[in-house]
Amino acid sequence: MNSRSIKVDYLARVEGEGGLYVRIKGDEVAEVRFNIFEPPRFFEAFLRGRHFLEAPDITARICGICPVAYQMSSSHAMEQACGITVGGALRDLRRLIYCGEWIESHALHIYMLHAPDFLGYEDAIGLAKDYPDIVQRGLRLKKTGNDLMGLLGGREIHPINPRVGGFYRVPTEKELTAFVEPLEWALEAALETVRWTAGFSFPRLERDYECVSLRHDSEYPLCEGRVVSNKGVDIPVEDFLKVFEEEHVPHSTSLHAFVKDRGDYLAGPIARYNNNFDRLPEVARKAAVAAGLDEVCRNPFKSIVVRAVETVFACAEALRLIHTYSKPDRPFEECTPRNAIGSGCTEAPRGLLYHRYHIDDQGLIKTARIIPPTSQNQKAIEADLRLFVQQNLHLTKDKLTWQCEQVVRNYDPCISCSCHFLNLQIDRD
Amino acid sequence: MAATKKPKLAVWKFASCDGCQLSLLDCEDELLAVAGAVHIANFPEASRAVVRGPYDLSLVEGSITTSHDAERIHRIRRMSRRLVVIGACATAGGIQALRNFADVDRFKQIVYPHPEYIECLAKSTPIADHVFVDFELRGCPINKYQLIEVVSAVLNDRKPNIPRYSVCMECKRRGNVCVMVASGIPCLGPVTQAGCGALCPSYNRGCFACFGPAATTNPHALTGCFEQQGMTGDAIVRTFRSFNATAEPFRKQSEAYEQ
Ligand code: SF4
Repeated sequence: MNSRSIKVDYLARVEGEGGLYVRIKGDEVAEVRFNIFEPPRFFEAFLRGRHFLEAPDITARICGICPVAYQMSSSHAMEQACGITVGGALRDLRRLIYCGEWIESHALHIYMLHAPDFLGYEDAIGLAKDYPDIVQRGLRLKKTGNDLMGLLGGREIHPINPRVGGFYRVPTEKELTAFVEPLEWALEAALETVRWTAGFSFPRLERDYECVSLRHDSEYPLCEGRVVSNKGVDIPVEDFLKVFEEEHVPHSTSLHAFVKDRGDYLAGPIARYNNNFDRLPEVARKAAVAAGLDEVCRNPFKSIVVRAVETVFACAEALRLIHTYSKPDRPFEECTPRNAIGSGCTEAPRGLLYHRYHIDDQGLIKTARIIPPTSQNQKAIEADLRLFVQQNLHLTKDKLTWQCEQVVRNYDPCISCSCHFLNLQIDRD
Repeated sequence: MAATKKPKLAVWKFASCDGCQLSLLDCEDELLAVAGAVHIANFPEASRAVVRGPYDLSLVEGSITTSHDAERIHRIRRMSRRLVVIGACATAGGIQALRNFADVDRFKQIVYPHPEYIECLAKSTPIADHVFVDFELRGCPINKYQLIEVVSAVLNDRKPNIPRYSVCMECKRRGNVCVMVASGIPCLGPVTQAGCGALCPSYNRGCFACFGPAATTNPHALTGCFEQQGMTGDAIVRTFRSFNATAEPFRKQSEAYEQ
């Protein structure tokens, strides 16, 4: 029997630990599997009995790459439980720090983790030897995002300033105006990034994804909106668990989410872009069109271009928020706990992040549920891999292995998050 | 110096959030210089290239939580001339060490529909519980400038200049008004090691001990103040049980308040 397998034991340039296993029998892909060997850390268990105000600081530690996402989703959930909403300048500041995280995380992924694949380098350091100016641009872009998080958050990894209700300290207008110049540079650099990534050659792969993201009345989504899909989902955040479910498969310490009665779906930059193209500012829409992207993108390899378009959005939005900012009278809204359930959904750089808490009237957490983006994308990644390998059986093992890794990296998977992920193995004779 | 003579650096991950190793990539201004001075031989988060050991310096992030990892750390130690552990996970077991105060089987049932698929140890333990460690760099996350200092010190065989005094010292130096004295905000600064630059008090909040216990601490005296401010026993237990919950002075203090 003619059977072979591809195996990558430790997938590089992803955040966390995971491997990938593909078994090929004759001309058929027999099995595709993720091995998430990121050890479980049990956040949802030890959150029980903690105080609701601790949730943003504790859940940030699920992921060092997108701590702001964890802080925002948990804060929104707690605020819903307490029956308050945060509006005005405090809400704008939340969008602003989130823009910082998007710029940082997208620039990191585009320049350091993903672009080397397209250009045939093992890493960004190799890339930097031949293209020092490009890598420098990426690093400076990343730094602009980090600096913004540094000001608003206190530090870029696990910020200390965001809290349930708002912030501990809000910046002065002058502190923010200092960011206008770096952000104007960053906006130009992001536009350059769109043009640069649009010139890559993209392996062929198209799937008719169910794209799931937030959608807001007027804004490109960050913190608020309804959960929608191109296949008919349109629900408030509270109803998330009515439509989405998680299953536990033996080879993974991460749960796989799916749309009830339907199956895999896509979250993240492509899903957001496809659902919200009309909500992008003009500068980002124009850049996308000039780069040859349609209003709907179905090739996951092009996620790098979409990420660049979203970076343009984040820079433009940050500038807009700074120009309209005036310092609020108080840094946060007071929250009085009550026995209630609250849910929060925000757009982490790599996709939707759902939190749900039940708290009591002392403010202690009774139950916690967290569904990170990588759990939501895991099934889609496996489906992409299955199709991609099937279409590319003629490739040499080395080439196929590298491109399979790339299929996974398209998702910028954050394995630390989902574990609550990678190791590529392709088996064939 | 010939390229082959550059010291070989490896980065390893155990149970963690990746934040501490990300600190290295966050050294945007220094990264290419670092990459020029050392040979990055194994850093899966940044590169698919893997150069075999031995390594001159291994940086280890994360805590030991599985029997597989308890063996892996010994292999890494054998391949490493110097081994430096980075972050609260690696130096104190991290936030995931909260299981040490609970029943891990119960935890598995809470999080996973099929607890029987999950293999892990009952406790999350720091790296030094398993192998000899050359230096422990604290923080959740670590301070990237301290990381650069430790890497250059260790590669040059000198002692890293990392102060072990408390956050209060940094706070005074920044000219902050004490949040505890002036605003009655509970603050762990007096018992916590410096390194963050007294971040929280500079943002009008109390320190919550990301950097673990300072060299000489008296958590007992501090909890007395907390009680006077009306903090309950439960809240005191929670205060000492976060990212460095199993660090000796913090563990003792939380257990003293647990009935
Ligand atoms: S110490 Fe904190 S920042 Fe560092 S890896 Fe552990 S959880 Fe992340």
